[in-house]
Amino acid sequence: MIELAHHILDIGENSLRAGAKNILIEVKEDETNGFLVMEITDDGYGMTEKELKRALDPFYTTKKVRSVGLGLPMLAEAAERTGGSFHLESKPGKGTKVTARMGLKHLDRQPLGDVGGALTALIIASPTTRFIYRHISGKGAFEMDTEKIEKEVEGLPLNEPEILNFIREYVNSHVKELSPEV
Amino acid sequence: MAKLTIEDLKKIKERVMAETSLREGQKRVKVTVHMGTCGIASGAKEVLDALMREIEESGATDIMVTTSGCMGLCSREPLVTVEIAGQEPIKYEYMNPNKMRQVFKRHILAGEIQTPFVLARGAEKTK
Repeated sequence: MIELAHHILDIGENSLRAGAKNILIEVKEDETNGFLVMEITDDGYGMTEKELKRALDPFYTTKKVRSVGLGLPMLAEAAERTGGSFHLESKPGKGTKVTARMGLKHLDRQPLGDVGGALTALIIASPTTRFIYRHISGKGAFEMDTEKIEKEVEGLPLNEPEILNFIREYVNSHVKELSPEV
Repeated sequence: MAKLTIEDLKKIKERVMAETSLREGQKRVKVTVHMGTCGIASGAKEVLDALMREIEESGATDIMVTTSGCMGLCSREPLVTVEIAGQEPIKYEYMNPNKMRQVFKRHILAGEIQTPFVLARGAEKTK
């Protein structure tokens, strides 16, 4: 993956396939400790203990069309190669939480990239799912909640191109202000 | 980039509502961008971005865009399926933003299948 936004899209797609109705994506810049923390929490089906144990094995997948499952192992590897860590929590029927901690200034850390674009791709995939994107840096905090956007547009579908374009620019412009170098 | 606010959304809402009220409900075309890990790593998000920009610029209102997971042909990603009502679905392989723009203008709008990029015709069959 070229940028962290691609990982957000990939993990978000996993959540959608797990039937999630609410997906919270948080990106936190922890300048004091030198980490960038990315957390994705969903209320999907969750994983059994057996599935959880094998989730980071690239040769394990629950899919039938292929024999590899690279999304989670690639994110874990991306975190670990920057001196960070990766953590996965999941309970059947409750949901899953993916946490990737990365070295904020590490040369190998991917840039955050087009996170607004990743969110709009997820909205296209499932316009009725509630997505919350929260971004926290030393300069402040920003939150985009699709439920609030839905209220503002009063019944218009969120997958209208102009609304998607707004969401993308809305998120990217705020993120850029909070984290110009991330 | 100027920072957008919810006030900007209100202006967009009025415009989109006015446009939506003039449309008929039916969608003529369904475009699926395959967005598994393999697709995303190969550039599917950028393909989707190009498609959405083309739709917005053209003002087309009869196109439905969706995404799907991996279909098992990871080495041919990014894959895009175009389904025009009443015609067999066309699967395009090794897509990129330029090819997507070409497929949009020539196939989706003008009806000419872009044969050099075609992987398969017809729906997938499951065992």
